Amino acid sequence: MSEHILEFKPAEGFRARSKAVVDNPFLRQSFRGAMDFLMSKRAAQFPDSEELESLRTLGESIRQYNLAKLPTLLVQLEENLSRNGIQVHWAETPDEANAIILGICHAQHAKLMVKGKSMVSEEIELNHAAEAAGIGALESDMGEYIVQLAGEKPSHIIMPAIHKTKEEIARLFADKVEGVDYTDNVDALIQIGRNVLRQKFLEADIGLSGVNFAVAETGTLCLVENEGNGRMCTTAPPVHIAITGIEKIVEKLEHIPPLLSLLTRSATGQNISTYFNMISSPRKAGEKDGPSEVHLVLLDNGRSQAYADEQLRKTLQCIRCGACMNHCPVYTRIGGHAYGTTYPGPIGKIISPHMLGLEATSTMATASSLCGACGEVCPVKIPIPELLMRLREEAFTAPHADPAMVGQGAGYSWLMTSVWKGWAAVYRSPSLYGLATWLGSRFSWLMPSKQGAWTSVRVPLKPAPKRLRDMLKERGE
Amino acid sequence: MSARERILSKLRAKMPSTVAEQPDVAGWFATHRVVESAADKASRFRACIELAHAEVHAVTPANWLTTLREILRAKGLDQILVSEETTHGSAVLDEFPAQGIACQVYDMAIEAWKTEMFNATPASLTAARAAIAETGTLILWPDAAEPRLMSLVPPVHFVLLDAGKIYNTFFEAMQAEGWANGLPTNSLLISGPSKTADIQQTLAYGAHGPKELVVLMLTEDEQ
Repeated sequence: MSEHILEFKPAEGFRARSKAVVDNPFLRQSFRGAMDFLMSKRAAQFPDSEELESLRTLGESIRQYNLAKLPTLLVQLEENLSRNGIQVHWAETPDEANAIILGICHAQHAKLMVKGKSMVSEEIELNHAAEAAGIGALESDMGEYIVQLAGEKPSHIIMPAIHKTKEEIARLFADKVEGVDYTDNVDALIQIGRNVLRQKFLEADIGLSGVNFAVAETGTLCLVENEGNGRMCTTAPPVHIAITGIEKIVEKLEHIPPLLSLLTRSATGQNISTYFNMISSPRKAGEKDGPSEVHLVLLDNGRSQAYADEQLRKTLQCIRCGACMNHCPVYTRIGGHAYGTTYPGPIGKIISPHMLGLEATSTMATASSLCGACGEVCPVKIPIPELLMRLREEAFTAPHADPAMVGQGAGYSWLMTSVWKGWAAVYRSPSLYGLATWLGSRFSWLMPSKQGAWTSVRVPLKPAPKRLRDMLKERGE
Repeated sequence: MSARERILSKLRAKMPSTVAEQPDVAGWFATHRVVESAADKASRFRACIELAHAEVHAVTPANWLTTLREILRAKGLDQILVSEETTHGSAVLDEFPAQGIACQVYDMAIEAWKTEMFNATPASLTAARAAIAETGTLILWPDAAEPRLMSLVPPVHFVLLDAGKIYNTFFEAMQAEGWANGLPTNSLLISGPSKTADIQQTLAYGAHGPKELVVLMLTEDEQ
C-alpha cells in the first residue's frame, strides 16, 4: 500500500490566504451574510437564557463525566458493538485509519464508496488515499458534493460550501455534471445533485459515515443530519464503515437528548435535525435491507495528547456544532480555507495543534482577538479563549523537558523573549521606567518613519517631547 | 503492542483519579420541560412537524384508507409500497388495487429489487412507533416487515401515527420504553421531509430522502 503523507502546513501562508479573502469584497459579504444568518437562527432557538445556561451546564457535565471515564467507556463500547455484530478497529494515526478502511474496501473488491458528511474522514484525507488505491470516493452531502466537484475542501464543518454563491454552483454544475444546463434555481440545483447521487447510492459498494455520538451501554452509533444522505450511506450499500474520534462517546443513552438538543439548536438553529439515525447492528437474519457488515474505526490522531492535560482535555468536550465559527469575528472575515486545517475557526485553532503538532500550527492561536464570543456560545462550555492563551504559551515559551504537546516551543525566539523580558523589567521598576521615558522623550527624533504594519495605514509613533511625570511636576502636583 | 493497547494505555495513564458525578439528566427535564395533556401534545406535535414542512391529516380507523386514497389521487400517484405483514399494509392491499392504485410489497431482500426501489417506487406507507411533541418528531423502528429503505427512498412517505402514542420529549420516550435495555438494528427520529440549506442558506426540500412527508394522525372515531 502506498504511504499517504498529509501535507498540512497551516502556519505557512496563513497571512497570505487571509489577506486574499479580506481583499475580496464578495467573499467578505458572503461570509458576513452567512454568519449573521446562522447567529440569528441560533439566537431564536434560545429565547430563555436560564434554559440555555442550565442546558449548557448539563451538556458540559455530560461531556466531562464521559471524558473522565473515557478508556473504560471505549472498552465498554467495543464490547457492546462487538456483541451486536459491529466490528471495531483502532487507529492511532491517519495512515493507520486509511489502511484499515482501504483494507475493508479491498476485501469487498469495492470500486465505489459513497460518503456521508464526516469531518474525521477529511482529517485523515481519506478521499486521496482511496483514489490512490483506485477506489472512487464520492461525497454525498450536498455541500460536500459541491466542494468535491470544485476540487476544494469544506470551509465550514456544518455548511461545507458556505463560501460559494448559487451562481458559482450553477456554473460548476453546468461545467462538471453531464447533460446539465446552467440554472441558478436552488431547487433545480438540489434536484440535479439528488439525481446524480441517487444512482451512486444504488451502485456503491461501501457507505462511509461519521458518528455524532457513540453510546457505550447499548453499542449504538448516532448520526445527525437533514438531507438523508447519511441514512442512504448507512443503509443502501452492502457495507457500512463509520469513523470517529475516540472522544465522541457517551456512557448512557439518556446523555443523548440534551446533547442532541444543544447540537442542532447551536449549529443551525433547528429544534431538531430532520433525521436522527441510531445504528446498533448490521442486518440481522430475516431483515430485508441494511448493510451485512458494519465497521467502526476509532481514531486517536493527537486526541490522547489533549486528554493527558487537565486543561487541554476540555478541547475534547466538543460536539462539533460550529457555533464558535459562526460567532467568530476572525472566521467571519477570513473564512474557513484561510486556516489551512480540516477544522477551521476557534475549535480548529485549539484542536489542530494536537493533530498536526505546534511546529505546523504555532501561529494559529494568535489569530484571535480573544473577544470571548466562542467561549460564550459553546454549548458544552469549552473555555476556548483560555485554551488559546495556553496554546500561545506552549508555542512561544522556550522548549523544556517533558512538554505537554508535540512541538512545544516551536515559535520560541530568543530575541523576542529577551525583548519582552526587558520590557517587563522596565515596567516593574520606577527608576528604570523613568530613565527609559526620559531617553524616549530626548531621542524621539531617532524613531524611524517606517514602522512596519503600523505605518501602512497610520502615522508613525513618536514619544511625546515631555513625559507625563514632567508635565505633572510643572503643574505642581 | 497494538494501536488499541497503545491508545488505551495512554488514556489510562492520564485518567482522572476522582470519579465524576453522574449528570442529572432526569432532573433537568423535570424542571425545564412541560408535561402536557394528550390533546396538547397532539397539537404541539402537529404544529412543530408542519413547521418542518410535513403534511398532517387527522384520520380515524373508519376513514384513514379513504383519506390516504384521496391524498394519493390529489398528488397524482397511482402506486404505493406497503408491507403485507402489517394490518395497515394488508388493509391497503385488500382495497387499493381494485380502486386503481397499484400496490408494491417489500417481500424480498433489497438486493433482488434495488433498482426498482430506487427508480420505480414513488410512494410508501409505514407506521410510526410513537412521536415526540416537543420537536414534532416521528419515532420509527424499521423491522423485517417495514424495512429501513421504505421510509427513505420513495419520494413521498406516508406515516400512520397513533395520536395516543405521543411523548412530551425524546428523553421521556426512551425512558418510558426502556431503550437503554436494547435497541433494534436501526431506530430513527424523523422530523420532516429531507431538506438542505447547503446552497447559499436557501432551504430546499427533497435532498436525498423523501420530498414529501405525510402524517396520518389516527384518533378513535368520535362517538
